Amino acid sequence: MKLNLKIWRQENRDSSGKMTDYQLNEVSEHMSFLEMIDLLNETLIQKGERVIEFDHDCREGICGQCGVMINGQAHGPLANTTTCQLHMRSFKDGDTIYIEPFRAASFPILRDLKIDRSGFDRIIQAGGFITTSTGQAPEANSIPISHQIAENAFDSAACIGCGACVATCKNSSAALFTSAKITHMALLPQGKLEAATRVANMISQMDAEGFGHCSNTEACEVECPQAISVLNIARMNYEYNKSMLFKP
Amino acid sequence: MRLDAKIPLGPLADKWNNYKQHAKLVNPANRKKLDIIVVGTGLAGASCAASLAEQGYNVKSFCFQDTARRAHSVAAQGGINAAKNYKNDGDSVYRMFYDTIKGGDFRSREANVYRLAECSAALIDQAVSQGVPFAREYGGYLNNRSFGGVQVSRTFYARGQTGQQLLLGAYQALMRQEHLGKVKTYTRHEMLELVVVDGKARGIITRDLLTGKIERYAANAVVLATGGYGKVYYLSTLAMGCNSSAIWRTHKKGALMSGVSWIQFHPTSLPQSGEHQSKLTLMSESLRNDGRIWVPSKADDTRAPKDIPETERDYYLERRYPAFGNLSPRDIASRAAKERIDAGCGVGPMKNSVCLDFSKAISEQGKDKIREKYSNLFSMYEKITGINAYEQPMLISPAAHFTMGGLWVDYQLMTTIPGLFALGEANFADHGANRLGANSLLQACVDGYFIAPYTIPDYLAGELHTVKIDTDHPAFIEAENSVKKQLDQLLNINGHLSADYYHKALGKLLYNKCGLSRSKTSLLSAIKEIKELRASFYQDLKITGDNQVNSELEKAGRVADYLELGELMCYDALTREESCGAHFREEYQTADGEAVRNDRDFCFVSAWEWKGYDQVQELHKEPLIFENVDLTIRSYK
Ligand SMILES: Cc1cc2nc3c(=O)[nH]c(=O)nc-3n(C[C@H](O)[C@H](O)[C@H](O)COP(=O)(O)OP(=O)(O)OC[C@H]3O[C@@H](n4cnc5c(N)ncnc54)[C@H](O)[C@@H]3O)c2cc1C
Ligand code: SF4
Ligand code: FES
Repeated sequence: MKLNLKIWRQENRDSSGKMTDYQLNEVSEHMSFLEMIDLLNETLIQKGERVIEFDHDCREGICGQCGVMINGQAHGPLANTTTCQLHMRSFKDGDTIYIEPFRAASFPILRDLKIDRSGFDRIIQAGGFITTSTGQAPEANSIPISHQIAENAFDSAACIGCGACVATCKNSSAALFTSAKITHMALLPQGKLEAATRVANMISQMDAEGFGHCSNTEACEVECPQAISVLNIARMNYEYNKSMLFKP
Repeated sequence: MRLDAKIPLGPLADKWNNYKQHAKLVNPANRKKLDIIVVGTGLAGASCAASLAEQGYNVKSFCFQDTARRAHSVAAQGGINAAKNYKNDGDSVYRMFYDTIKGGDFRSREANVYRLAECSAALIDQAVSQGVPFAREYGGYLNNRSFGGVQVSRTFYARGQTGQQLLLGAYQALMRQEHLGKVKTYTRHEMLELVVVDGKARGIITRDLLTGKIERYAANAVVLATGGYGKVYYLSTLAMGCNSSAIWRTHKKGALMSGVSWIQFHPTSLPQSGEHQSKLTLMSESLRNDGRIWVPSKADDTRAPKDIPETERDYYLERRYPAFGNLSPRDIASRAAKERIDAGCGVGPMKNSVCLDFSKAISEQGKDKIREKYSNLFSMYEKITGINAYEQPMLISPAAHFTMGGLWVDYQLMTTIPGLFALGEANFADHGANRLGANSLLQACVDGYFIAPYTIPDYLAGELHTVKIDTDHPAFIEAENSVKKQLDQLLNINGHLSADYYHKALGKLLYNKCGLSRSKTSLLSAIKEIKELRASFYQDLKITGDNQVNSELEKAGRVADYLELGELMCYDALTREESCGAHFREEYQTADGEAVRNDRDFCFVSAWEWKGYDQVQELHKEPLIFENVDLTIRSYK
């Protein structure tokens, strides 16, 4: 099929960018979205032009590194699907496709479609872990966890850190990402003692990074490739209020 | 060069304890003075970096992704083995050791494999304490299942995302240490050279992938946990960024490479569907529990698989391996598929696939039951191929997956360069000529959490009096210059063909000539063609863009290394005149197509020493001595 592509090009963090037009004539419906960009890049190399930079690695929907806005939607039109798992059969011959980076003040653009999501790492550093050291952990079965709790914890732990929730949120809030980690840990018996400091520290780091507040639009859940539920945000708020109430 | 594996004395079951009890320690006050570089943030790297930082060393952690959490360990699906014997089904450390040694076709070291099994139980404890949400029974205790080629349930899993959850545990431990100031992470940094001073590893040269800046980092020890190089085949189950550069460049600085041609092909990957394709997606092997594998009985059958009647189907695994059937080990299942595809019985648009058929399972158990077990895999399959596998057979084919080869290391995981350690998939140890499912995550974790934290301090204890190395040292300057020179060279070739073009060409060549099966003729011609391809690369490569963010420049450097590594793979395969594990030499097979191993002449680890460009590398042999097991023939008939 033939496609008209409008792609964001930007030299670096400090420069201003613009949409640029490209045409591709031989796109197969079996290609993944990123393979379509590979094909475009191959044509750019032949023309001697700099290729379009984009982030990706696993190309199987699990590493969280890919992700662009496609026609205004984070990761494109399919529900619960990362950009790398989107295939061209979702588009038709003659379509015009707008491709832009995830946009948020806390995710600066590095070049073209590549962005800086290191704010997420700093939120985890602030408390997104259980304080256990290597080597002398107790026997695993000495901490029974019911099947349902383990499954629920997993639902939250499944976040891949892609940032689509931030990009799609009108406030650029990182609430879904942060709350997923808080919920994962809050459900488990391990690390319970540090639950209050964890939630307080992670939320204050989220604010320090400049992510916006959650105003319950729930757009994040819709765009999340891992179907992380907004109930996580409710849980985060509950944990936060609890930590404030019982502050020593 | 004499290869000393430094295996501790004593009975197998006591070796690791003996080692630990005698390993040298570093006084806590001195640990703060010691710097360690860990390249790689996968399970091996993140766990090692976090554990050493907990002990009080200063750790610098590097990866090329935008965050440590995206290392390729994140993609592992199936599970992780541990001899916990929770099911009371007779599992034990010894049994796990035996299964692993046998699975590797008796081409790994007894002592290493025993240690792997021995440390496995504590690893599950460690992961659970970090909050890894492993599957649980209704009563709250850990659940597990059995996995390819073994008769006990020892595989722990977190849905189909075990690698992701284990990695997040290690990543979080790493982030905790970063917060405490004991780790400094350098993301989007690619290590391009090792710095050796007075014969010891003393630092690395990296390229900042955002600014293009070449940087120098010094340390008292360098750890490579940079993963596998299966992406050398271009089409593989690995992430796009996986590469061999870190280990290859240290190889050229004197570290030996072992078992390079031992590459596992995974039997249940999605097939290549066209020339545009960039990778092959793995479908969980668990599908083989219910899916039956077949091809049309006659060659060049043009009917759609669902139109081929039962009587005209060849269930070749069930036919050839009645005892294990569709659950035959990976190397056997992959090779049997290739044999049928080569015979012209392959299906699909490119005639490169076999059918994985659920119709019998659906008719016996009902669609709902199958949906309950595999729905996520069926929907992933549909997302990628557009085909509904409840209604017609899935098409699958073997894909390059896991590299058993890597840097040669001794029992302490130290390479032949003192102070340079290699962990996880980057080293050759533990899996022999074939890896059993769910053992790799385990090896990466055990290397990083439990082994390196003993062996690296043992080395460092001897380094306390070495003067601190300054990054102005001539060795750093020289290493930096050689990196810059190579980058300039690549940027200035100004030919016509992209790095991907060369990568694909090399991959296809290796797949056909040094892939699932090899012969003397195919390997000799591959060596010749790789040389030609390499010559063309240096004349006709084209990189556009500048010396800052430039994915083409990154790729080109990796492909340059693959073009050298590919040749060594062929030499390695050529010298090993036997069939063992994943290495199938066509000249060494029985009349009915089974592998013939040669223990008399090839019971050794090949270790190659770099001798310079266009020189044949030198083969060193580390004999494998088996004191505890008999070398039996692996039979799955
Ligand atoms: C699809 C798939 C499924 C799998 N499923 C299973 C399974 O179910 N069970 C199992 O046991 N095993 C499985 N495996 C194998 C297993 O996942 C890997 O062998 C293991 O995770 C490797 O871990 P690692 O820490 O050695 O390397 P990786 O996780 O690959 O990490 C490599 C690290 O090195 C860094 N790096 C590499 N080169 C450089 C450089 N030059 N400079 C800077 N950084 C660098 C990368 O950035 C990354 O951080 C699977 C593999 C794949 C591909
Ligand atoms: S919550 Fe969902 S959208 Fe947000 S980072 Fe995690 S996986 Fe991505
Ligand atoms: S590339 Fe890994 S999730 Fe898309």
